[in-house]
Amino acid sequence: MTGSDLIGMMILAAGLFAIGLFGVLARRGILFQLVALEVALSGPALAFVAAGAYHADPQGQGMFILVLTLAAAEVAVGLALFLRIRRTSGTDDSDIISGMKG
Amino acid sequence: MSLLLAIYAGAFALVSAALAVTRPNAVHALLYLVVMLLALAVAFFALGAAFAAVLLILIYAGAIVVLFVFVVMTLPISPESITRERASLRGAWPLPLLLSVLILAPFLFGEFGIAGNSAAAPVSAQQVGRLLFGPWALAIELASLLLLAGLIGVRHIGRSDRTPRSRP
Repeated sequence: MTGSDLIGMMILAAGLFAIGLFGVLARRGILFQLVALEVALSGPALAFVAAGAYHADPQGQGMFILVLTLAAAEVAVGLALFLRIRRTSGTDDSDIISGMKG
Repeated sequence: MSLLLAIYAGAFALVSAALAVTRPNAVHALLYLVVMLLALAVAFFALGAAFAAVLLILIYAGAIVVLFVFVVMTLPISPESITRERASLRGAWPLPLLLSVLILAPFLFGEFGIAGNSAAAPVSAQQVGRLLFGPWALAIELASLLLLAGLIGVRHIGRSDRTPRSRP
């Protein structure tokens, strides 16, 4: 694996992150925004693993496990908030619920 | 040659990620998310990170997506959505079929010996475990604290407040 291959994988990772960011910004449904957030998180995961493979170092996969933990906790809290918002305000549009009332 | 496989799987993940964030139907978006995660796992395998690939399939595609599907199942399903599903099943099968065939292609490469040896030096699960429970023990403690905070947060957010608790 040469340096140009690493650059290729980094471009792929940046593309995944950009697609996820676009999804978070463009979608209105909270469930779809959470899916896009997962896509965005997988970009840095690919970057860590590719860098770890380039240097033949286990630290890349260690960071990937930490990213995985973060994604699991974030999705659990996000989905609980989604269900709570649907129950209290009856909508899943993040524009409608953007104003917090205490 | 195996690096070609990594780039192929990465490009595949890119396409299915674009599909996952643009589908109007929640279940379709989740299915494309699973396809993206599987393609990413193929890329991890080709990069010599087998442990990360297995964790990606087990935790991401196995646990996190099931959580999403569970939430989607709690949403009410209207009769018109079922008729829309029937109509889309007639017209919208070529794209999923193409994706399934394309994700099958790397396995055929491996079967016919086209893929060859791994391009990157493989990092074994034992090395990762030595790292995590040796010098990175503090990071593991912080991750466990994060999961505990998530657990308590979900318990607090998901608490039903329709029936006030009777205080003794």
